Amino acid sequence: MSKLHVTTTINGDSREFLCEPEDTLLDALRNTLGLTGAKEGCATGDCGACSVTVNGRLVCSCLMLAAEAEGQEIDTIEGMADHDKLHPLQKHFLEGAALQCGICTPGFLVAAKALLDKNPDPTETEIRYHLAGNLCRCTGYDKIIRAVQNAAAEMRGA
Amino acid sequence: MALDDTKRDFKVIGQRVVRPDGIDKVTGKAQYGADLILPGMLWGAVVRSPHAHAKILKIDASEALKLDGVEAVVTRADFVEQKGDNFADNLDNIMAGKKALYDGHAVAAVAATSQRLANKAAKLVKVEYEILPHVTEVDEAMKADAPVLHEGRKYTGAPAGSGPNVTHYQDYGHGDLDAGFAKADMVIERSFKSEGVHQGYIEPHACVANYNTDGRGETWVCTQGPFMIRDFTAAFNGFNISQVRVTPSEIGGGFGGKAHIFIEPVAAALSKKTGRPVKMAMTRSEVLRATGPTISGHIDVKIGMKKDGTITAGYLGMRAQGGAYPSGTVDMATQAAFAAYDLENVKSEGWNVVTNRPKEAAYRAPGAPLGVWGVESVLDELCQELNLDPMEVRIKNAAKKGTKSSYGPTFDDMGLLTALEAAKAHPHWNAPLDGPNKGRGLSCGFWFNFGGATSVSLQINSDGTASVTEGNPDIGGSRASISMMAAETLGLPFEKVRTIVADTNSIGFNQETNGSRVTFAVGLATIKAAEAAIKVMCGRAAKIWGIDEEAVDWVDGAAVPSGPNAGDFPPMTLAEIAKVAVQTGGPIAGHHEVTADGAGVSFGVHIADVEVDPETGKTTVLRYTAFQDAGKAIHPDYVEGQMQGGAVQGIGWALNEEYIYGADGRLQNDGFLDYRIPVASDLPMIDAVILEIPNPGHPYGVRGVGETGIVPPLAAIGNAVSRATGVRMTKLPMSPPTVLKAIS
Amino acid sequence: MRFEQPKTVNDAVSLLADADGLTRVLAGGTDVLVQLRLGMVEPDLVVDIKAIPGMRDITEENGGFTIGAAVSGAELGEHAKLVAAYPGVVEGMELVGSTQVQGRATLTGNLCNASPAADSVPAMIAADAIATIAGPDGPREVPVADIAIGPGKTSLKKGEIITSFHLPARPANASDAYLRFIPRTEMDIAVASAAVNLTLKEGKVVAAKIVLGAVAPTAVTVPAAADAIIGTALDDASLDAMAKACEAACNPITDKRGTIEFRTKTAGTLAKRAAKIAFARAGGKS
Ligand SMILES: Cc1cc2nc3c(=O)[nH]c(=O)nc-3n(C[C@H](O)[C@H](O)[C@H](O)COP(=O)(O)OP(=O)(O)OC[C@H]3O[C@@H](n4cnc5c(N)ncnc54)[C@H](O)[C@@H]3O)c2cc1C
Ligand code: FES
Ligand code: FES
Repeated sequence: MSKLHVTTTINGDSREFLCEPEDTLLDALRNTLGLTGAKEGCATGDCGACSVTVNGRLVCSCLMLAAEAEGQEIDTIEGMADHDKLHPLQKHFLEGAALQCGICTPGFLVAAKALLDKNPDPTETEIRYHLAGNLCRCTGYDKIIRAVQNAAAEMRGA
Repeated sequence: MALDDTKRDFKVIGQRVVRPDGIDKVTGKAQYGADLILPGMLWGAVVRSPHAHAKILKIDASEALKLDGVEAVVTRADFVEQKGDNFADNLDNIMAGKKALYDGHAVAAVAATSQRLANKAAKLVKVEYEILPHVTEVDEAMKADAPVLHEGRKYTGAPAGSGPNVTHYQDYGHGDLDAGFAKADMVIERSFKSEGVHQGYIEPHACVANYNTDGRGETWVCTQGPFMIRDFTAAFNGFNISQVRVTPSEIGGGFGGKAHIFIEPVAAALSKKTGRPVKMAMTRSEVLRATGPTISGHIDVKIGMKKDGTITAGYLGMRAQGGAYPSGTVDMATQAAFAAYDLENVKSEGWNVVTNRPKEAAYRAPGAPLGVWGVESVLDELCQELNLDPMEVRIKNAAKKGTKSSYGPTFDDMGLLTALEAAKAHPHWNAPLDGPNKGRGLSCGFWFNFGGATSVSLQINSDGTASVTEGNPDIGGSRASISMMAAETLGLPFEKVRTIVADTNSIGFNQETNGSRVTFAVGLATIKAAEAAIKVMCGRAAKIWGIDEEAVDWVDGAAVPSGPNAGDFPPMTLAEIAKVAVQTGGPIAGHHEVTADGAGVSFGVHIADVEVDPETGKTTVLRYTAFQDAGKAIHPDYVEGQMQGGAVQGIGWALNEEYIYGADGRLQNDGFLDYRIPVASDLPMIDAVILEIPNPGHPYGVRGVGETGIVPPLAAIGNAVSRATGVRMTKLPMSPPTVLKAIS
Repeated sequence: MRFEQPKTVNDAVSLLADADGLTRVLAGGTDVLVQLRLGMVEPDLVVDIKAIPGMRDITEENGGFTIGAAVSGAELGEHAKLVAAYPGVVEGMELVGSTQVQGRATLTGNLCNASPAADSVPAMIAADAIATIAGPDGPREVPVADIAIGPGKTSLKKGEIITSFHLPARPANASDAYLRFIPRTEMDIAVASAAVNLTLKEGKVVAAKIVLGAVAPTAVTVPAAADAIIGTALDDASLDAMAKACEAACNPITDKRGTIEFRTKTAGTLAKRAAKIAFARAGGKS
C-alpha cells in the first residue's frame, strides 16, 4: 500500500513526512521524525505522556492519525525552550524537583503550558483538573503543582 | 590520611541542587527504553496466552512467516533450559514451556520490519491449547482439590490439609501468645483482604537487542537491574556473560517492577536469529497482564491490649498469592507487620500459594504495606473501643534502640519515636476536624532497607573535577545524590562532579536498584572510592613535598601537612595535584567494591484526613502529612519526593487500585482507564516532614528512604475512613461500592 | 486501511455509501483511535469529516443552537451563550476525558460510539436535541434519543453521517444539569449518571425531563421521575419519589466498574443532586 505524504509545521519548522494511514501522530513524531520527547505510556489517551498541541489546542498525539496533521501546526516538548533559554515551566520543574523518573515530564510541561497560555493565574484546583489527564506515578503530583504555580507567578511578573 | 567520618557540618549534602540529568528531561532529550532506533532495526511482538491455564499442544508460525517482512519467530525451543528454581522459573515466565499459566503468559514472539507488521504476524501464529481449569483466588488455590499449577513444588512443611499449590510457609516471633492474650483487657480479631495492585510505572518495559550469531552483542533497556538483565539474557540464550553488554537507558519508573526479567532475552533471541537489531516495547495492556503486580491475599490479625494501652500480645497470619510461580514475599509482610512495636508476645506467619496470575514482582517495600495495614487497623479499633488516644498508644508501645524486633534482630538507632513525637506536635494532628462524615487516620510504617553488592569508580580529572561511574539506574535523582556525596568527600563543589550510570562492561557488578539501597550503598561505595582517591592524592602531595605520606591530611579539598612537625607547606588543592598527576605517578582514581551492610531500618508515620460521601461511599482525601526518618537527607527535595510518591501510591492502593479477574481467569482492567491510579485532581498537597536520626552504618548517616512511604497509607486512610463512617473497613480497595455496601 | 478527508458532505456520504468492507467516520477520533490501537476494529476506510466546511461551527438561530458534528468539547465549553443556555449539555460533554481528550472529542462521536455510559448523551436527550443526518437518501432529522439503540449500535444506515445537532430555544426560567458518578475525580467512565432539564414557573417545576446513563443498554428517559417533581419546588418528599422512580427505571449490569445495586442506588442519588442544581440554575429558590 502506498504511503501518505503529509506536510505540516512542527515547532515552527515546516516538515514533510510519509506515513501509513494507521500511523498515529505519536508514531510519526517518534519513529519517523526522531522527536522522541513525546512518550508512549498507554497509546489509548489515558496517560498524557504523548501530549502535544495542534494549532494551540492540547491533544494526545496517540489519539490522532498522522495523516490528520496535514496543514496543521504542531508543537512538542522539543520546541518549548527558546534555544538555550528554558521556558519558565521547564526552569521551575527543574528547580522544584517536579520530576523523579521524568517520563511524564514532557507531557506535563506541554499540558501546563497550554493551561498558562489561556489562564495565567489558575487556582490549585484548576491546575489539578487541567492536568488530570497526565499521569505521574513518581511524585504524588505535589511538586508538579507547585512548579506550575511558581512558573505562573514568574510569568505574570508576580 | 584522616577523614572525619562523623562529620556533620556539610557543605554540599543537604542542599537542594538541580539534578544533573534535569535539562535532558525537561527538554525531551533524555533517552528512555523505547527511544532508541538503530539502523536496520526490526520490531518485535509477543504472542500471549488468552487462557489462564492451558496446555500448549502446538505452535504453528507458518502463516506468520509467510508475510513479507516477517523475519523470525521464537518459541521456548529457542532458549536454553535452566537448572535451579530461580533461573528455571524466570525462563518459564518469560516464555511458556508446556503450559501457559496465566492470561498474558508469553508463548512465542515475532520480529518484523515494522511494529504493525509484527503485531499482525503475532496474531497469525496459531497456538493450539488444551484449556485446563484455573484458579485465581488465594483460598480456592490452597484447597487440596484445586487445579494444580506445578507438580512437585508443594512446601514439605505445609500444614495438614493444604493443597499442592502451597509452596511456602514461614513464621516469626517470640514470647507466649496465650499468656499475652490472657493479660489483655480487650482482644480484637479481624480478617482483612486486599486485591492485587501494580507498580503502575508510566513507561512500559522496552529494549533494543543487537546480537550476532556468535553470541556477542548489546542490550539497551529500561531496567532497575542491568546486571540481572545481562545474566538472564546470557543464560537463556547460551551466551557467555562477558559477551553480553547491557546499557541501562533512562528509566521511566519501576518501583520494583523493573527489577525483573521479561522481554529482554526474547529480543536477544530474535536478534541473534535475524542478525539485526530488534526493538521490543510492551503495550500498557501487556504491562498489566504479564508483568508483576504485588502479592495479595488474606490477613488475619489478633491483638490484645490493656486498658492503659499496653499491647500484651499480637498475632498475624497471612495467606498470600504471588502469581504463577513460588514466591517468598509473604515473609516480608509478616516480618514487617509488628516491627514498629516493642512486644513481649508476638507471632506472625505466612503462607504462599501459586495461582493463575502473573508472577509477582517487587513493589516498593514488597509485602510490608499489607502486614502493617492489618496490624495498624486492629490497633486503631482497640484505641476506639478502649477510648484511647491512638497517638499515645503508639508512642507507648513504640520499638526503640535495643528493642528485640518481632522478626528477630535487635534495633540500633532508629527514628520511630522521633517521628511519632513530631506527628503529635504537628499542626495537622492538632487541627480540629469539622463537620460530619470526616475522619482522621494514623499509621506507622516500616521498611528494612537493604545494602547489597555495589561497585563504584571515581576518576580525578586534570582540570580538578571528578567523574563518578556507578551501575545503578537512577530512578529518581540518585545521580545528584551520588555526586553530592562525592563532592562532599573530595571537598569539591557539586558542579565539579558528574556521575554516570555505566553499562555492565564499564563497572563492577551491582545488584538492582531496589530495597532503598542506592543512596545508602552506592553512596557508601562512592565515599569509599573518593577516600581511595584522596589517599592517592595525599601520597602525591607527600611525594612533591618530600614528606611521609602519613603526614598529609585532606582538608576542604586540599592536601595539607598534618601538623607543624610534618613540615611547612601551603595547602595543595585537588586541582593542583590533578594537574601534575601524570608526572607524579599516573592518573588518579579510586574505586570500591563491597557488599554493603548496615543499611539501617526506616520508620515513618502518616496522618490522613478524609471525607466520605455517605450516599455514594466515595472517599476524598482532605489533608495528608507524612513523617519519615531519612537518617541524613542528602537531597531533601528528592527525599520529600520519595515520601510523597510513596504516600500517593499507597492512597491509590487504599482507595481504587485493584486487579479484577473475570470468571474466565482473564484480567478485566488492563488499562489506565480502569486500573485507577490517582490523578492530580484526586489529591491534596502531601506534606512531607523529614526527620534525621543518623544511621550508624553509613559515614554520613544515610538511610534508604524509597520504600517506607508506601507502607502507612493503607491503614492511615483505612483508619480515617473507618472513623468517618463508624464502620471498620477490612477490604482493599475501599472503592465506593465497597464502602457503600459496608455502611448501608 | 484507506484514509480520506472529503471537503463536502456529499463526498463523505458517497465515500461511505460506496465502500466495501468496514468503514468508520472520524470526528475527534478519541474512540476510533483507541479501537484501532487495541485491534478492536480494523476498518477498510476511515473518513475524516473535519475538513468539511461548517462541521466545526456553532450557530445561534432564534434562541436555539446548531452545533456542527466536529465541534470539540473544548470549543463547546468556550461558547459563552451556549454554556449559559445549556449548562447541563456542556458539562456533560466537558466531563468526557481529560483536557487532551476535550481538544478533540465531539458530541457526535460520543453519541455514535453508543456507549451506555456516554456522558453527553443524557443531557442531550433531556434537552430534546435533534440530530441532522445526511445520507444517500437525503437528509433527515432524528431525535438524539433515537440514535443509539444498544451498546455499540446506532440506527444510522450505511452511508449516513450526522452533520449537526440542534438544541431548541429555551423559555425563561429553564435550565439543565448533568452529574455522573466515577470512583476518581477524572479519567473514569461513568458508573451511573443523570441529566435533568427543568422549566420553572412561579418557583415551581412546570416541565421536566430526566434521563439516566450507564444503568441500561442505552440512556433511559424516566417520565415517572419527571412527574414526581412537576408541580413542586423540589421538596424532600418529591425528590425522594423522583429518586425511587429513577431506581425503578434502572436495568444495569454488574461489571468491573460497578454492581447492579450500586448503579441503581447511585442513579437515584445523582438525579436528586442534578435536579437541585438545575432548579437553582433556572432561578428556583428552595
Ligand atoms: C482517555 C479517554 C477518556 C474518555 N472518557 C470519557 C468519558 O469520561 N465519558 C465519555 O462519555 N466518553 C469518554 N471517552 C470516550 C470518547 O472520548 C467519547 O465518546 C467522545 O465523545 C467520542 O468523540 P470523538 O469525536 O472522539 O469520536 P470518534 O472516535 O471520532 O467517533 C466515535 C464513533 O462515532 C462515529 N462517528 C463519528 N462522527 C460521526 C458522524 N458525524 N456520523 C456518524 N458517526 C460518526 C465513529 O465512526 C465512531 O464509531 C474517553 C475516551 C478516552 C480516550
Ligand atoms: S500515550 Fe497517549 S495518552 Fe498515553
Ligand atoms: S516523574 Fe516518574 S512518572 Fe512522573
